[in-house]
Formats: sequence, structure tokens, C-alpha cells
Amino acid sequence: MKGNEAIAEAAIRAGVDAYFGYPITPQSEVLEYLTLQKPEERTGMVILQAESEVASINMIYGAAGTGKKVMTSSSSPGISLMQEGISYIAGAELPCLIVNVVRGGPGLGTIQPSQADYFQSTKGGGHGDYHLIVLAPASVQEMADFVDLAFELAFKYRNPAMILSDGLIGQMMEKVELPPQKARIDTYDQSWVITGKKNRERNIITSLNLDPELQYEHNLKLQEKYRRMSEDVMFEKFDCDDAEFLLVAYGSSARICQKVVEMARDRGKKLGLLRPQTLFPFPTEELNKLSRRVKGIMAVELSAGQMVEDVRLAVNGKVPVYHYGTPGGKIHSPEDVLGAVEEKFIGGL
Amino acid sequence: MEVNEIIREENLVYRRTPLMTPATLSYCPGCGHGTIHRLIMEVIEEMGIQEETIGIAPVGCSVLAYDFMDVDFSQAAHGRAPAVATGIKRLWPDKYVFTYQGDGDLAAIGTGETIHACNRGEDITIFFVNNGIYGMTGGQMAPTTLEGMKSTTSPYGRNSETMGPPYKITEMVAQLGGTYYVTRQSVHKPGPVRKAKKAIRKAFEVQRDKKGLSFIEFVSNCNSGWRMTPNDSNKWMEENMFPFYPMGDIKIDGELVVKG
Repeated sequence: MKGNEAIAEAAIRAGVDAYFGYPITPQSEVLEYLTLQKPEERTGMVILQAESEVASINMIYGAAGTGKKVMTSSSSPGISLMQEGISYIAGAELPCLIVNVVRGGPGLGTIQPSQADYFQSTKGGGHGDYHLIVLAPASVQEMADFVDLAFELAFKYRNPAMILSDGLIGQMMEKVELPPQKARIDTYDQSWVITGKKNRERNIITSLNLDPELQYEHNLKLQEKYRRMSEDVMFEKFDCDDAEFLLVAYGSSARICQKVVEMARDRGKKLGLLRPQTLFPFPTEELNKLSRRVKGIMAVELSAGQMVEDVRLAVNGKVPVYHYGTPGGKIHSPEDVLGAVEEKFIGGL
Repeated sequence: MEVNEIIREENLVYRRTPLMTPATLSYCPGCGHGTIHRLIMEVIEEMGIQEETIGIAPVGCSVLAYDFMDVDFSQAAHGRAPAVATGIKRLWPDKYVFTYQGDGDLAAIGTGETIHACNRGEDITIFFVNNGIYGMTGGQMAPTTLEGMKSTTSPYGRNSETMGPPYKITEMVAQLGGTYYVTRQSVHKPGPVRKAKKAIRKAFEVQRDKKGLSFIEFVSNCNSGWRMTPNDSNKWMEENMFPFYPMGDIKIDGELVVKG
């Protein structure tokens, strides 16, 4: 199954109530798969092709305000168009899922895979001080698994969650074990949803506070929430126990780096890999711990260097932090990465 | 002496609509927004649908509409109310969902969302308040600003040659397959107020019967933005706005009204 199809099937099985989206390469299979599957018959899930990404994210905003499980998906230029709506959703504290199957930029860029939307995804993306919960799948299996996880976290924190994938994982075919069918939500937290003010005070979904004192308080509350999210940080470690050098990579780059670690180990070089599964919250603490035990760290990304900044912040100067990256939709090979690793670390031994 | 002691029940000629909150309206004295708010809430009260109704507030003067109308509300980004309403209505098809938007919101930045929600025939109601100006931001030119009309961004009058002519989005949406009831009303005199209320009732009934989108334009005044007294603004509106934006039904029961 393709990564994009796995997301779509997992969405039906997670009991998602609605999908609003707009076609864009390389993620159009999500909407195509959903319309083909007739989820309105399988679970009652609503599927609607909107007139633009701007409209789809605002449909998400409206629907999420009613307490339903709603999602959209797009690729980089489309996600840029959604940023206004995402900022409103974050400001109004609504749970939802946004999938970004990243392609190379800037601008119309290329339809080839890229990891150049890291900043946009983890640092906010739209206006104002906010963060998304960001999950980074590295396999088709995780594309499926992270749908349910994303909703769990989105509802736990009443915050938009993003699955940050890329054209490689989205288009790649792998075996996948699909979760069982979950029932759709039928009870709603009446303390905040807008479903009509029946037997309760009325609710209002808004991100507007004209009084700066209230907006200040609201921002402090949001920041406190983002700090709390660190308890849900997720990562995987490969060969880290005795590692002298460490790679840090997520998503498709992590898949490449797993191979690099194997190749290095075959040559007797003690290389390890830390793979963040959540990019926000970022595994800052774990990385800080690991940095005390290694001689150097290299962030490997399909970009000109974005996550490397968070790696540097976490390491805080303890050991040298390097970057190996390929921007613009080209994919580095394990040999490319190994070459860089040997030059920076192993060659120096 | 308390007010209630002075105004005895038998002497009561006017009362606050129960579905309007006690909050003081933030609109300028003389502005039509308050009357339109009240009429919508009166209809919701009379139809007994308060508990089933969700409103969408725009960006503009009525950004705080939810402070005044006592139903569940979602605020929307500038122009996006029809998309927000679509998201809600698709998931709660038995609820009543309405948007309340101004001309800049609906006919400029939100044109795409307006046209496509109308074309899909979402079972929602759109209330469109057209005063030919951006009121909230201080009186800039709107898509509906009349030819020659002065605003802070057309200080020498709107020049259709360079700024494009004003356009009638209400007539445009009436052409689309998804709209079922499209009408233009005003609330500047008792007679039009009564007509407008009937139109609002009809719009919610269309929504109840799931027949398609109902769309009401209210041509209204902006005495502050137009730099006039309320009375003068209403007179100016009748003399200048009404000839270009004529009152009355444009589409009934899914059929365009043929004007003889």
C-alpha cells in the first residue's frame, strides 16, 4: 500500500468524521482513495473536495469547533495557503489533523520529496506565537499508525496536529498492518463545542481578544500547554548505546540513515542514529543526554539545514554539530551520507 | 424608583429581544446592524430554534456579533465564513447554520468561498450586509462602493476605469445552481423592516427544508463611514444605493424572478 493510501485508510478506521481537501501532487491519492472507498457508506465519514486549500482549512476550522474528528491533507504550496487558517485553529485551540506530504520549494518548486518545511511546521508557520504537534513518520506503517496518535494528542491538548511526511514516504509502497475499525465519536465535550446551546451556556469559538490583557493571558496559557507537550515526546534510537558518533534524522532521511549506520558498523565504526518521531515536541532532553557520550553529531535532512538548529540548541555546544543536507527535491544516497560522516568523524580518527 | 416600576407590563410597547444578550451594541448610533441582528434573533426565537442554531461571525464591524446574538457562534477569518459554515453544516446537517458578513468580507476577500458555497448549495443561510464601504477599518472603498462615491481610498470618488465598477454579487449568486432563495432587503424604515423579517423567516425555512442555500442582502447605511447624519445617510441610501441595488426577491424556490 502507498503511504498516502495508508493515511486515508487509517483515517476511515480511526473513525474520522470528515476530510476536506484539495488536490496537489504528491498527495492527491489521499482524496482519491477516500472518494473511491465510499467512507460515507462505511462509517458515515464526510468527504468534500473544497475549491481551494484556503477553503478546506476553514471547513476544518468550522467542523473542528463542533468537536468532531476532522482532517485535511496537502503538500507544501497548499500548506502555505492554509497557514492563516492554521493560525486561527491554534489560536482558538481546536483539535484537528493536517497532513503535509512535503515537496521541494520554495515557490512552486518541484514535486520531488523534500524536508524543507521543518521550520514552517515546528515553529508555527502562520502568524502569532503558536506550535503544532508534529509527527514525522518514517514508514508506510507509521503513516497509518500516526493518524490515530495524532488525534489522540490533538484532543488531549486541544491543538492542531500535523503529520509531516514527504513525497518519498507518501508514494512509497510497503506492507502495512492496518488498525481495526474504531467507532466515530458520539459524545462531545459540551464545555467548548458549538453544537447549539442546548441545556448549557452558549459556546463561542474565536481567536479574538480585543483586550490585550486577555490576549496576553491567552498566550501564556498556550505557552504553558506547549511546554506540557514534552511529556509526549517520541523517538527511536538505533545503535546508540556504544555510539561514538550520532546521526539525527527523521522521516525518509532517517530511513536512509539507518542504512548508513549499518554500513558504518560493517566497517567497524561506532555510529548511532536518533530518529525523532515527534518534531514538536522535539527530543531535546534525550539529545542533550546523548551529546555527553558522543564525539560529534550530524543532522541529516532533505533540506539546506533546518532541524539542525534544534539539534544545536539541544546539544548547546557540548560537541560539534554538523549538517548534511540535500535541498530542492534531490535525495541523498546512503553512500553520500556515509562519505560526509567519514569526512567529519571517522576520517579524523 | 426602578425602571420596572415605571414601565408596567400594560404600558410596555417595546422590549429587548430575549435572544439578544444584554451587552451594549458596539455599532455607531444610526447603523443598521443592530436592527438586522434583532430581526434574525426574533425569527430564531419565533421558530424555537435557538438551541439548534450556530452563527458565524465575520471580520469587520460585526466581528463581535457573538457578543450580541445569544446562540453558539464561531468567529471566522476574513471572508471565510461560508467555508466555516460548510464545515459545520456538513457534519451537523440538522442544525441551523448562518453567516453574517459585510461587503468587504463577502464580496472582496471572500468571493471564492461565497461563490463555491452558493454553487454547492450548502443548506446554510448567508446574511450579507452591504453598506458600500469598509466600516471597521475607517471607511475604505469596497467592491460595492458606487461609481463616483468617495471613500478614504477613493478620495476623489470611485473611478470605474481604474478601480473597476461596483458589482452585484447577489445577482451573481442567484445564477448559481445551489441557491434556492436570494433576496435584497433594507431595514431603514418600519415597512422594509417588516418585509426583511419575513425574508429572514423564509431563509431559515428553506434551510429547515434542506432545499439549498438562502442568501439575503441587506442594503444598509454607514453614517459614520459616509460622513453623514443617520437621517441623511438613509436618504442618501434611498437616492443612490437603491437604484443600483434594487430591493426585492431575485430568486424564489430555485427560480429566478422575472422582472417585467
